[in-house]
Amino acid sequence: MLATTAPDRTLNATFAALADPTRRAILARLASGEASVAELAKPFSMSQPAISKHLKVLERAGLVSRGQDAQRRPRRLEATPLADATEWLERYRRFWEGHYQRLDALLVVMKTKHKKRPRTKR
Amino acid sequence: MKGATRNVGKLQVTTPSDREIAMIRVFDAPRSMVFDAWTKPELLKQWLVRSGWTFPVCEIDLRVGGKYRWVWRSPAGKDMGMGGVYREIVRPERIVATEKFDDPWYEGEAVDTMTFVEKGGKTTLTTTVLYASREVRDSVLKSPMEKGIAENYDNLDKVLASTRKAI
Repeated sequence: MLATTAPDRTLNATFAALADPTRRAILARLASGEASVAELAKPFSMSQPAISKHLKVLERAGLVSRGQDAQRRPRRLEATPLADATEWLERYRRFWEGHYQRLDALLVVMKTKHKKRPRTKR
Repeated sequence: MKGATRNVGKLQVTTPSDREIAMIRVFDAPRSMVFDAWTKPELLKQWLVRSGWTFPVCEIDLRVGGKYRWVWRSPAGKDMGMGGVYREIVRPERIVATEKFDDPWYEGEAVDTMTFVEKGGKTTLTTTVLYASREVRDSVLKSPMEKGIAENYDNLDKVLASTRKAI
């Protein structure tokens, strides 16, 4: 039932890549345009090799690709896998939000009843 | 952007680690009420159920080592049951419990941790579910669509209207 299919593997790689704060920051930077490894390393107190390591994980997950410029080899954001991952989270969120909106309605009733009651110890 | 975090509407869903899913939601009520809504069967039965479904079994033995057992019935009459054991209870602040479904759609047992934090009459509920592995966690994230659970949201307006009528 839980056999891993190809899209599953991609999703697993995406979530694993997103689990790290530095990698999330790199993606955030790339969301505003492509950048070279040196440019990406600048805001972090990290060496270029350390950044390259993170970039490799992001590339394997398909979240980052390399641009045309052979000298700079800029990295750019690939939005599709990220959109897939957030879509799953969004579905999960919607399911629970549906329940929680009902809970909101129930809490309104509970508060009204509580106010109507004469003051008692909670 | 904050990684895999979505902050659409009120509910935030995040993946804080490889094996977890966390949900953060603010309720406009004191935490004692939110805690009660989660732990008193007569209250829980009113909201933790999908449109058209019933909630015929809702047993809660709220003490450490105590069990809970919940069974929902679909419009077609098919039952979906789950349950677990309470590991920690600090009323009205914290609940830790295991969860396992009768017809398992993920491997092993998961551990739920719920924290209720009140500020200015509002309660922030954080629910963290820890799964046996990353693969299990990811399969759970995908399952709402496969199981057709998300359909619940499409009928939300109807659901809310009927809930109000029922009150």
